[in-house]
Amino acid sequence: MPNNSMILSSRRAFLGKTGKTLSATALAMVVGGNIRSATATTTDASQDIKILNAAIALEHEGIAAYQIAATSGLLDPAVVDIGVTFQGHHKGHRDVLVKAVEMLGGTPAEEKSLGAYAQELKASTLKNQADVLRLALALETGAANAYLGLIPSLGPDYHQVAAQMAGDEAFHAAILANALGQPIPKAALMFG
Amino acid sequence: MKTPLYVIVLFCAVLISGSALAKDAINSIGMDKTQVTSQGDSVPPYVVSEKLVGVGEKLYKRRCGGCHSLDNNRIGPRHRDVYGRKAGVVANFKYSKALKNLDVIWTDETLNDWLVNPTAFAKGTSMGFRLGKTNERNAIIEYLKSLSSAPGFSAGVK
Ligand code: HEC
Repeated sequence: MPNNSMILSSRRAFLGKTGKTLSATALAMVVGGNIRSATATTTDASQDIKILNAAIALEHEGIAAYQIAATSGLLDPAVVDIGVTFQGHHKGHRDVLVKAVEMLGGTPAEEKSLGAYAQELKASTLKNQADVLRLALALETGAANAYLGLIPSLGPDYHQVAAQMAGDEAFHAAILANALGQPIPKAALMFG
Repeated sequence: MKTPLYVIVLFCAVLISGSALAKDAINSIGMDKTQVTSQGDSVPPYVVSEKLVGVGEKLYKRRCGGCHSLDNNRIGPRHRDVYGRKAGVVANFKYSKALKNLDVIWTDETLNDWLVNPTAFAKGTSMGFRLGKTNERNAIIEYLKSLSSAPGFSAGVK
């Protein structure tokens, strides 16, 4: 089965110039795959745009964080490779979310400068590889939890995609925690 | 020897209250309120439970840390001093119209309602994150309160 972004882009190409003004019904068909859930989406497209845009802002920050980390000179080459792969996942998330916002008729949140992200993440305080890994772990853990907490506020057509994002972030967090030598949490329901 | 009834009753009462505390240490606040914040400030600090603040700090990092920091605007506005302040007033943060126009002071009650369902509290807000668990909300709100020195708003009074 094709992934969401492929569905989105092929539907969009098919619908041509109307891409930006797709009706909520069409959008629900595209994203949710069934018409019945369309009614719920129609009511609150503007609310979904707001929430999805905050998620885009989160992904922009994540992409920047891995950029700052990869070019910090603090990481082993093997760790840089992992970071760049994770950054690719965040770019994938951003692309799916940007398409969703555009199809709802919204304007996707723009990224800030790398310097602005470095400042807000206090990148200057990072002194070694463990510091970088700890920051990445905190951000990924926060992101997994953030997506899980967004689900009930989002229209039903975006529940699955938010859960998919949360899954990816949790995967990243697990790898990072392992790299830091942290023990596996004993209790179930680690996120959300 | 026959144990007097009142001893048994007393013993049971101790057991019950003990297990209730153990079950949810977070709910045992109200007994250990201390003043831990803003020492030396001219403004009296809020009265908070140190224990709950500790729980709240950890939870804040996990639940809110994807989007918020104390001292920097990120996906959401910075949080230091948010307790007791009007909504939507952090400098250089681009709030939604919904939050900018929200005529609300952040208190135990308003923060709680906000975190239960932000888009119902302020329709059109860009924060969609809900925090479903009451004990987590209580702990995080206590933590935010401990970081605030907002004057004139039930400061030092519980
Ligand atoms: C997905 C990202 C995200 C997460 C996770 C998140 N927030 Fe927010 N938060 C935002 C955004 C974005 C805003 C700005 C809302 C607006 O302008 O409508 C905001 C605004 C707020 C405000 C209003 C602040 C002010 O200056 O008036 C409070 C309070 C708040 N958040 C508390 C929390 C707490 C506590 C948590 C964790 C339990 C949390 N948030 C988790 C994104 C998030």
